[in-house]
Amino acid sequence: MSVGTMDKTGTMDRVDLKALISATADTIAAHADELTTLDQAIGDGDHGLNMKRGFEAVRAEADTFAAKPLPEALKAIGTKLVMTVGGASGPLFGTLFMALGKEVSTEPDRANLAAAFGKAIEAVAARGKSQVGQKTMLDVLQPVHDALLRGKTGAEITDAADSAADATVPMKALRGRASFLGDRSIGHMDAGARSVALLVRAVVETIKGHA
Amino acid sequence: MSNVGIVIVSHSPLVAEGTADMVRQMVGDEVPLAWCGGNGHGGLGTNVEAIMGAIDKAWSEAGVAILVDLGGAETNSEMAVEMIGEPRAQKIVVCNAPIVEGAVMAATEASGGASLREVVATAHELSPS
Repeated sequence: MSVGTMDKTGTMDRVDLKALISATADTIAAHADELTTLDQAIGDGDHGLNMKRGFEAVRAEADTFAAKPLPEALKAIGTKLVMTVGGASGPLFGTLFMALGKEVSTEPDRANLAAAFGKAIEAVAARGKSQVGQKTMLDVLQPVHDALLRGKTGAEITDAADSAADATVPMKALRGRASFLGDRSIGHMDAGARSVALLVRAVVETIKGHA
Repeated sequence: MSNVGIVIVSHSPLVAEGTADMVRQMVGDEVPLAWCGGNGHGGLGTNVEAIMGAIDKAWSEAGVAILVDLGGAETNSEMAVEMIGEPRAQKIVVCNAPIVEGAVMAATEASGGASLREVVATAHELSPS
């Protein structure tokens, strides 16, 4: 199956879901140590390993997922992440994909994708009982959603994601383990925010590469 | 068994098992009880599949109260309840209480035949509001 995405001019390009799975698993694997180091600074230090385990589990069943229509594929990938990532990241990243699958159409245009992404962010916020500004993955998801809505290019979207992850450094954590540290959480990037930025870049570059 | 069941979910299997031992000391076999802990790969953490299994094991038609330690245990427990789905999900509550005291108090309440609402309220009394 393929994922249809609409670029700014409304041209449909089609991307193999397997390529997306492979690109996201690659980037998580390549940055697993970095993610763990970020999480060690202000968390429990398992984020990199947990994310790698989850995305490798998704990669291992890429053929099965790719055979499904996009909504079902995303829901199944989300469930797989819930079951394999462990830690709070499992339900949070899993919910992101599951909710995306619930809202997205079989061949989404940009408007549908943006709307579905917005709903998925709401689901993640509800799952984590969190909101933007608390030094979490939401602090990258929200700017990416804004960029999607505003018709930004792929490069602008990845830039927005990277800047947003950087912007978590001076924030004080109000959710998760890092919040136990209070002011001492200031000065470190949130590992979940960094993961989202990595995933966004992998997805955008894969889609661009197929355009 | 008609008494409310108790599930203990800790990041550490040692904490979960130790808490379950303390519960057993109070209530014996009068309350369905299950525990899980660890990430399923030998490390600290919690695991949705294991939590779903523990809920099955401690299942009671009167309901199940889950006691958790840190954030990930709560998030994973809520995810497990959602994946179990209705009609059982409405009879499962993730308690906001300290795990050891909450489990012992909740189980003691449950052993007297209290309803799920009463069991959960007993656990919640332990948390500063």
